Amino acid sequence: MHADLIHINRVSLKTEPALAKSWKVSADGKIITIKLREGLRFSDGQPFDADDVVFSFRVYQDEKIHSPQRDLLTINGKPIAVERVDTYTVRFTLPDTYAAGERIFDSVAMLPRHKLEKSLADGTLAKQWALNAAPSDIAGLGPFRFRPYVPGQQIALERNPFYWKQDKSGVRLPYLSELDFLFVANEDAQLLRFESGDTDVLSPMSASSYAILKNSANSSPNVCLNDLGASLEFNFLDFNLNDVSSKNLPDVQRKQTWFGDVRFRKAVSSAIDRDALVRLVYGGRATPLWEHVTPADKAWINTSLPRPARSLDQARKILKDAGYSWDGDGNLKDPKGTPVSFTIAVSVSSQPRSKIATLVQQDLGDLGMNVQVVPLEFRALLDRVFNTFDYDAAVLALTSGDADPTSEMNIWLSSGATHVWHLNEASPATPWEAEIDRLMNQQMTTVAYKKRKALYDRVQEIEQQNLPFISLVSPNVLFAAKKNLGNVQPAIIEPYALAGVDQTYFYEKGANSCQ
Amino acid sequence: MRHLSLLRISVAVIASFYLVAIAAEFFAPYGFAVSDREHTNCPPTRIHVVDESGHWHLRPFVYRYVELPGELESYQEVRSQRYPLEFFIQGAKYKFANILSGRRHLFGVASPASIFIFGTDEYGRDQLSRFIYGARISLIVGTLAAAVALFIGLGVGALCGTFGGWVDVVIMRFTELFMALPWLYLLLAVRAILPLRTSASVSLLILLSVVALVGWAKPARLFRGVILSAQELDFVVAASVIGGGKWYVFRRHVLPQTGSLLLTQAALLIPQFVIAEVTLSFLGLGVGEPIPSWGSILAPLARYESLALHWWLVLPVCAVVPLFFSYHEVTSILQRDDIPPMM
Repeated sequence: MHADLIHINRVSLKTEPALAKSWKVSADGKIITIKLREGLRFSDGQPFDADDVVFSFRVYQDEKIHSPQRDLLTINGKPIAVERVDTYTVRFTLPDTYAAGERIFDSVAMLPRHKLEKSLADGTLAKQWALNAAPSDIAGLGPFRFRPYVPGQQIALERNPFYWKQDKSGVRLPYLSELDFLFVANEDAQLLRFESGDTDVLSPMSASSYAILKNSANSSPNVCLNDLGASLEFNFLDFNLNDVSSKNLPDVQRKQTWFGDVRFRKAVSSAIDRDALVRLVYGGRATPLWEHVTPADKAWINTSLPRPARSLDQARKILKDAGYSWDGDGNLKDPKGTPVSFTIAVSVSSQPRSKIATLVQQDLGDLGMNVQVVPLEFRALLDRVFNTFDYDAAVLALTSGDADPTSEMNIWLSSGATHVWHLNEASPATPWEAEIDRLMNQQMTTVAYKKRKALYDRVQEIEQQNLPFISLVSPNVLFAAKKNLGNVQPAIIEPYALAGVDQTYFYEKGANSCQ
Repeated sequence: MRHLSLLRISVAVIASFYLVAIAAEFFAPYGFAVSDREHTNCPPTRIHVVDESGHWHLRPFVYRYVELPGELESYQEVRSQRYPLEFFIQGAKYKFANILSGRRHLFGVASPASIFIFGTDEYGRDQLSRFIYGARISLIVGTLAAAVALFIGLGVGALCGTFGGWVDVVIMRFTELFMALPWLYLLLAVRAILPLRTSASVSLLILLSVVALVGWAKPARLFRGVILSAQELDFVVAASVIGGGKWYVFRRHVLPQTGSLLLTQAALLIPQFVIAEVTLSFLGLGVGEPIPSWGSILAPLARYESLALHWWLVLPVCAVVPLFFSYHEVTSILQRDDIPPMM
């Protein structure tokens, strides 16, 4: 639908020109000058130029719009200044050096000024492109554009005849003339629609769907299964370390004397059988994690960190040294003699995470902890984790939007909105959180990769030593496509199988793309 | 007298289900929470009588199952060693009702082999053992809830039948309102307002009262009818006329008339309430993991994966069919006119 100025190639994870023909970053990294491609047109045929770029940024930075991109386009609390140099040149002035540099332009869609300027002025912009908008009112620069559709059933797209990309022989992309996204209620229904031939691509796909399709591979030979390896998603066990003194949660507060002790968290981490999670939850199609960075993030993972196997003896020793003991039936008691018993909340809608929680419950049971799994409706879980803080522990998952540490600022800064284990910290609660704050801020304004890597390596090291949460497992990116679908260029970040959809096509009879 | 022998068979089937449920520790080969991570989603163990070399064995035996190298959850029998099926075998230690402790199980095989008659679930837990332990929760909740519902029903029915007048009108309109509500949604609504995080015994109690609370209205109406008509019977009227007190007549002459209705209603309500418990647990509103109930054992069947890859998860469903069929037989025989009221 839409296109960005500079795009992160979903396969190489490096930046490449998109609507921008070229760009220049000044030596201090503060000024980025972008040259636009000339003669580009929106999907309604209207020309695209520097005014549209300036307008788009005005929309995203407008406080009243509440756009999710606003945080991204603000550095250290100051917005990026955007100015038009000439019809095809735009200059961006950053308030501070920004290490990820031109990566911030990825997924910042360019908007048509001729369609939206009026509604931005009178404050109706948010409503302008609601679900009931007519397809002709919406214009973008992406490979596809809307065609009339039945609301609630699917998103129906057709080829954008004004798309700028061409293939090597000069044929204007995309090859496909129509692309439909079906709204299907759940994973099983998605799989059934795919098996029945209603859809050509199933992405992303769960490990159980993969197992089912693999099992029926003989009966449905025209399906191509793909395992792209580790994703950027990490599942973790989060202990509630929030400051609940003002919340009247005496039970949580009492349990925080255990959770707050790093030795307790280390014992838990040591008792969890991550290999079993990989095997039993994901049928082997996942990677065990000992820190949050997944192997998919090759450029940034700290490979020197230890990855110890499960050891109950080690866990028992840590607990014993911390003053814990066991009664005659093997139940764990804290130094005050209280039995260790807590709940793990998990979203009912996520089958894998429910299973992870149950396996962790069994693992910790071996340690004498009495753990109860509480399945909650997803929004109820989020409310407990982010607002009321009324939970003991939870199995959650986060996905990095980009393979770059700066995309994780919201997790690591003690003031971050996704600092899940301890939200709303006025100042860093622990010395190591202060240290992480310093390192993360420093890496954001450092340009040299090696220096940044060293800073981020240290963050990962501190993470492993202090275990703010316990990283468990990262599922692989899986998808299925019909064999007659050619030139699928999948990626490990969104939109997965559709990353190269502008170059995807159907083979004539007989040929297939499956390796 | 064909139906009498059918009745006896049905009662025997029902009784044996209860017996197995009560003494689950003895009948189940494994504990309900014992998870064998080497045998997750393992199909039912095959029981052999002929070995590799074609010899027949009087005592059935099994082979050990191992995962095929490189293929998760695909299993193969190791044919090199036989493990004969043993009865009254020494197994894991258990405590029965917190008093009797023992190690004997009805049947089993020597380790490292294992016997999974119904296969295992996704955590490698023996489905048969979970089915047997699950019977305990499901049957206890169903039966006790039926008892509570019948008790409330009888009380309300007696109140309306004896007092009549505006008491009768008000209470009966209320029960009619209650009956008009769709019971499944009522169950869900009642369960939803109660706390989610509870200990096993508390959730068992909640489950029981929710089911009973929703189910008392229909028997109440029936009891009212029987009590009303019993009061008109000649010998009851005679008993009042010769000076029997109101309470005496009710207890001595009216109440016994409800006996056969009580019996048929019990036979009708228990399976219905067992299914109510199964429904709640199936939807995840029952007793929490790892304690099994028939409903939570069947929960994985809601997923396409189970039907496509793990057919043995359906076996517990097949196993409860005789129970419900027997209950059905008992009710239909009890409702016949040609058998004497006191068998």
